[in-house]
Amino acid sequence: MTTLTEARHARAIERGLLGRLADRIGGGLVQVALVLIAVFWLVPTLGLLVVSLRGEKENNSTGWWTLFTKPAQVTFENYSNLLASGFTSSFWNTVLITVPATVLVIGIAAMAAYAFAWIDFPGRDAIFLVVIGLLVVPVQIALIPIAKLYGALDIFGSILGVVLFHVAFGLPFAIFLLRNFFVGIPRELLEAARMDGAPEWRIFVTVVFPLAKPAIASLGIFQFLWVWNDLLVALVFADSANQPMTKALQSQMRQFGTNVDILAPGAFLSLIIPLVLFFAFQRYFVQGLLAGSVK
Amino acid sequence: MTERLDGPQAPGGDELAAGGSPGPAETDSDVARPPATDTDTDTDTGADTSADTATDPHPADTTGAATAPRPAGGTATTRLGPSPKMAVLFLLPALLLLAAWVIYPIIYSIFRSLFDAAGDRFVGLENYAAIFSDSGTLTTIRNNIIWVVVAPLIVTVLGLIFAVLTERIRWATAFKLILFMPMAVSLLAAGVIFRLVYEQDPDKGVANAVITTVHDTFSSSQGYPGARPRENDQAPVVLKDGDVVTRQPVQPGQQVLIPLVGLKPDAVKDATPAKTAAAGGLSGTVWLDVVHGGGGTVNQIDGTEKGLAGVTVEAVADGKVKATTETAADGTFYFSGLPAGSYDVRLPQSNFEAAFNGLTWLGPTLITPAIIGAYIWVWAGFAMVLIAAGLSAIPRDALEAARIDGATEWQVFRRITVPLLAPVLLVVFVTMVINVLKVFDLVFIIAPGSVQPQANVIALEMWRVSFGGGGNQGMGSALAIFLLILVLPFMIFNIRRFRRDER
Repeated sequence: MTTLTEARHARAIERGLLGRLADRIGGGLVQVALVLIAVFWLVPTLGLLVVSLRGEKENNSTGWWTLFTKPAQVTFENYSNLLASGFTSSFWNTVLITVPATVLVIGIAAMAAYAFAWIDFPGRDAIFLVVIGLLVVPVQIALIPIAKLYGALDIFGSILGVVLFHVAFGLPFAIFLLRNFFVGIPRELLEAARMDGAPEWRIFVTVVFPLAKPAIASLGIFQFLWVWNDLLVALVFADSANQPMTKALQSQMRQFGTNVDILAPGAFLSLIIPLVLFFAFQRYFVQGLLAGSVK
Repeated sequence: MTERLDGPQAPGGDELAAGGSPGPAETDSDVARPPATDTDTDTDTGADTSADTATDPHPADTTGAATAPRPAGGTATTRLGPSPKMAVLFLLPALLLLAAWVIYPIIYSIFRSLFDAAGDRFVGLENYAAIFSDSGTLTTIRNNIIWVVVAPLIVTVLGLIFAVLTERIRWATAFKLILFMPMAVSLLAAGVIFRLVYEQDPDKGVANAVITTVHDTFSSSQGYPGARPRENDQAPVVLKDGDVVTRQPVQPGQQVLIPLVGLKPDAVKDATPAKTAAAGGLSGTVWLDVVHGGGGTVNQIDGTEKGLAGVTVEAVADGKVKATTETAADGTFYFSGLPAGSYDVRLPQSNFEAAFNGLTWLGPTLITPAIIGAYIWVWAGFAMVLIAAGLSAIPRDALEAARIDGATEWQVFRRITVPLLAPVLLVVFVTMVINVLKVFDLVFIIAPGSVQPQANVIALEMWRVSFGGGGNQGMGSALAIFLLILVLPFMIFNIRRFRRDER
């Protein structure tokens, strides 16, 4: 027994000297490799930013990286042109679509999740399994039928139609995420409230909702990003008066080369708010990811 | 999978359990709940336990197997909880929306896919048959197969590598944020970003700028397409099989003049004026024997004529290359230490090929790999974060014990880390497969219109055929159903995993 541990120790020490040297070198290589990877990941976005800050003539003649040797190229002309061109209205459309779609999903899904987690009713588990099944349903399946439906309801092209579509397709994930959080809430809290005779909606609002803040934050940021960044749904259901930024930019893609002075600043403006939100709430973002990597 | 949020302090723990053998998964999800309960509500427990015990012996709830084996709580709330009517009220908005926007469309699409473009004529499975006979949609399916085979694997492997490597660095958080950032960016913006990256012109697209720089570093060929000797008897060099060769053999100590013509003045506008090479050894000058604006003497270096830099020059004897050198900025070259004898001086054909101009990323051949590259840029951070969470939940003791026993890092990784991570890797991989099947935006944005048929995928074809000018909703519905069928196995996978975790 002792000889075994001694042998182990001897080997560990022997490894220790050589091993530490190898670790040093290896560690250095890892650092360098990771720096390179990080640069690799940053450069494309940096390129977009720099291109958006250079005039049409410069972008057509030299690479954006020359900006670092000739910083005088920087101009905000692209941005001022873009804002003057009516791009702001599509920005507001994005906001008008995203905010209601996010708030509605949170509210509706929280109610449903509460029922799935804390109210017992026949068929509960079967229905919840259906919701889980719906998690992976591609939106493509609904484009044609819902376009017909919206035509009949006369909301085709409207912001309302886009919002409702996003709410419906956001629900399975939202219910799934919140329900799983709600079942983890200490039973005693709810039952104490129920014993006190509090009505169900009040338990929901005063006990469950405040406790679920982290989950709601996760869900909120996810839904916000999905809707804000969506192109396909807007492409089908939003007409040109109600189109969000993604669709407005997509319509400029056909002449990519000549429209870079619109596309680059537009794309950059469209990703600023998601990026700010992402950095502000990245903790919740990661939690949400960990909770539901299925969609 | 299911309980991951209730333990934010150790999200990886559940992650690890998800998809694992039923044993650990069971204990894990059960353990995850009680700690929170205990710490948060110490004061309430008295009253609650009594409530629990009071209600527990009642007959089990009617809802079936899934809830029955749960520890006390599930059934306990039933008795105190509200009536099923209340549940209907809470569920109504969600279920209405899901029924009208998700379930009804599935049923409608199934029927619609059996009708023709206008929707008047029943065509049976003709639309589906068309998917598998039309060459356009077959390309689409082929592309989807490439996507599914390549993208999830690369994303998962990269995620694993990054997650393992970041464990050893102090700035891991910053690194993760950088890699993770693209997930917050819309795929449209990512598409615009990569359209810029993949620009053909190396002066605009950073991908080709890097590639040509690397290429030029290793291959000095400057590329003087069109340069050639004068076609007359006085010219000291002649064109032979694409190479430029001296007319007469030369000996060391001799000055070799290699005048060329056929270049536009622009091509050498920044070049240094040609000089006569220093004497000694075998030396000479390669230059553009043209004076801008006329004048000058043919086959002689006049003051303003430009030297051709970076031209590969070979000294050939008996058909074998004896020495190779390259011209300097002023066009001079010099072979040192060449034994006496008679040589042909040759400028190989490679000097006169067009300069390497990077890859045509957005052309028909490379378009799908190029878009997959953008996809990896977007999703690698996602894989890394999930896998890193799983990694942090691996018991350190197991790794340490193996290291002390003399296992190399690679063995530890291969034999311990990867097997323990297998469930997480599966989750990441499956999530990526589902996602890849639906890929739309990146292909739509990055592939230029003319190349879209070669880059097409099912989700894009579905949109194109029914809204983007195709006008064939029968076919569109069939493609949508086809897509749904493709994700069906993963639907079942999710449901089964959930049911197992719940137990």
